[in-house]
Amino acid sequence: MASKPKAAKGEGRAKASRKKTSAKAKSLANDDIGEETRLKLWRSLLEIRHVEQRAYDLFLQNLIKGTSHLALGHEAVAAGFATAMEKDDWTFCTYRGHHHTLARGASMEGVLGELMGRECGLLQGKGGSMHLTSVEHGAMGSYAIIGAHLPIAMGAAWTSQYKSTGQVSVCFFGDGTTNIGAFHEALNMAAVWKLPVVFVCENNLYMEYTPIGDVTAVENPAGDRAGSYGLPKIVIDGNDADEVYRTAQEAYAKARAGDGPSLIECLTYRHSGHSRADPGDYRPPGELEAWLKKDPVPRYRDRLADFGIDKKVIDGIDEKVMQQVEEATEISKASPTPSLELIEKDVWADGGVAWRN
Amino acid sequence: MSIDILMPALSPTMTEGNLAKWHKKEGDNVSSGDVIAEIETDKATMEVEAVDEGVLGKIVVSEGSENVQVNAVIGVLLEDGEDPEDIKASARSAVAHPDAAEAGQEAPAPEKTTDASGAVQPTREPVVAEKEFSGSAVKLTVREALRDAMAEEMRSDEAVFLMGEEVAQYQGAYKVSQGLLDEFGDRRVIDTPITEHGFTGLGVGAAFAGLKPVVEFMTFNFAMQAMDHLINSAAKTNYMSGGQMGCPTVFRGPNGAAARVAAQHSQCYASWYAHVPGLYVVAPYSAGDAKGLLKSAIRDPNPVIFLENEILYGQSFDVPDDPDWTVPIGKAKVVREGSDVTITAFSIMVGHALAAAEELSQQGIDAEVIDLRTLRPLDTESIVNSVKKTNRIVSVEEGWPVAGIGSEIAAIMMEHAFDWLDAPVARVCAADVPLPYAANLEKLALPRPADVVNAAKAVCYTD
Repeated sequence: MASKPKAAKGEGRAKASRKKTSAKAKSLANDDIGEETRLKLWRSLLEIRHVEQRAYDLFLQNLIKGTSHLALGHEAVAAGFATAMEKDDWTFCTYRGHHHTLARGASMEGVLGELMGRECGLLQGKGGSMHLTSVEHGAMGSYAIIGAHLPIAMGAAWTSQYKSTGQVSVCFFGDGTTNIGAFHEALNMAAVWKLPVVFVCENNLYMEYTPIGDVTAVENPAGDRAGSYGLPKIVIDGNDADEVYRTAQEAYAKARAGDGPSLIECLTYRHSGHSRADPGDYRPPGELEAWLKKDPVPRYRDRLADFGIDKKVIDGIDEKVMQQVEEATEISKASPTPSLELIEKDVWADGGVAWRN
Repeated sequence: MSIDILMPALSPTMTEGNLAKWHKKEGDNVSSGDVIAEIETDKATMEVEAVDEGVLGKIVVSEGSENVQVNAVIGVLLEDGEDPEDIKASARSAVAHPDAAEAGQEAPAPEKTTDASGAVQPTREPVVAEKEFSGSAVKLTVREALRDAMAEEMRSDEAVFLMGEEVAQYQGAYKVSQGLLDEFGDRRVIDTPITEHGFTGLGVGAAFAGLKPVVEFMTFNFAMQAMDHLINSAAKTNYMSGGQMGCPTVFRGPNGAAARVAAQHSQCYASWYAHVPGLYVVAPYSAGDAKGLLKSAIRDPNPVIFLENEILYGQSFDVPDDPDWTVPIGKAKVVREGSDVTITAFSIMVGHALAAAEELSQQGIDAEVIDLRTLRPLDTESIVNSVKKTNRIVSVEEGWPVAGIGSEIAAIMMEHAFDWLDAPVARVCAADVPLPYAANLEKLALPRPADVVNAAKAVCYTD
């Protein structure tokens, strides 16, 4: 049985600012997020949506040959958390990490080129879809071993605490990760040392192909474990970019104030299978359709319209992003495959490769 | 211009599949996103969506076709105003489409630098030669030398900190970190919970973000819990990220057998780590090398596996009395000169090799003993130069024989010293069994000086 998503509301942390107001009453004048940030969120949602769709198309055209795990449906989690970050904060994510890398500002051709194994890729074709990294944008790696990056993100948080830099580390992972030891090791140590790290569980209801509820002792795989580490249970609607953004702001403020980590469970859904080889047939009929009604992208389009933002502005951003995707695709297609000399580069910090003297 | 619809790959390993069904027929309008066909593989059935718009002008591969090659043209999409007759002119067929092949695929692979034997040659410049030390020396135990190395580096570099189980208040399970908490405080000397995966990952993340952690494993037996971080995160990231993220870390602690602690606490991991590109592996014997190499390891921008030995901790050696003195990583040391046979060893086995050399000298065999000190990058040159002189070699290690350091040395001899060898390479290793507990069995399982003597005599054909 697939676990049914709960009502998408922050549990146990009701706040006045979270109260739903009717769409009609919305006004930018009273809005805590504001037009500028809302349009940033909108752009970020679209960048992820269109690049992921393009990645899917390029895979059908056999131009992307490697494994890839798309985040179609998860856009609001990435857009919300990244938009609320400072430029020098750090992001750590899993092999499903295109969205987080893009949301930090890595270029589209850097991402698509890497997926295509081209020289213009973020890693010059040496890492592929599962290892997207852009240190200059604070995207500190995508990790393909479940759980590995939770302690690593905590280590980066250790560094910012050690140096008193105020930087926050944000670590994204799936619901399946909550059952591996590293999750618990990292949560415990981060809580003991009050490290400035925010752990974000993207609960898309499936660990690979298995409903998470079938293999997890509690209903909310992350939220229900928070209490074990002295943290409040936070479960939010991960398809609502505003709710994600506001939750992120609170967690970052807590981390920067020296009050330690947060564990946030975002309920969301992946629109495609686990990886490119997976059609997702195990999902019960109607589940995908129900979640598509909560698709974070059209939902945010409606939200902007409710706030009275001009349709031309909304559509204009969409068109501009689509144009960027086209350009990035062309750049990637035109980029050569990596130079063969690269095989012997960067095993060691001096750029070398020797295994004997 | 018409557009070819190609047989897609549903997974990176798929080379062919069945075209189960067409959802469109010739002449149908197709919009981007429409499901046009179903493809079957042994793993899954997937729907193929149209990427482009147009009219399905021609179905090249009919439904029900099996074993259709990936990239074969399965259909042709016509744009507005195009005539189906145009398709003939382009003479398409259901063969792999050249446009989709990766541009670099046909380029010849670069030739690897090899010598006459076909062995891959190192491309790195040799490490700088070790400085001769002419100043005064002090007598220190290995334990004290390691502590002094950490203290000196922590004094000179604020980014260095020590973390591990019992390293702070208890001052180390083997008392290696004595006095460090008092001098540097709990910000820089940190007791962790028992969570090897967790604190090793923390060290890696701290290094990615700019610090220089020294992570102590109470013993390397427990580091198997952290193997994922040591290999996947510490060793591989600099390469995978195209040099964006390096990992300046030292992972240190006792390795190998101690005494009567049985199989799970008595294993030599030297060859495990030496196998991994991206890790330096250091295993000193003397207190001077322990100090000089640990200082180099802490300063090095690469992840270093620093293998100590519990039995050696209490042994005393002369150590140069100079905080600026270091020993370069990657350089072996001839610790006893000789002309009849070369004996290579590292860590505690250097003591056994030296004892064996004394015994051999009384039997008229003049052995040269090389302390390898670093196992990756291994100092091939020093070993080969010695064998050119002695024409015989015995490799000694505390680890198991299969795929061990001795196996690597044997391969080096084949590649670089074959013409100088007067006898096959001999290996002295632990018995190929989990280490037993009882004293007599434990003694039997580990290499002894007498084993080294016997191996040396065998390669000298004096038995």
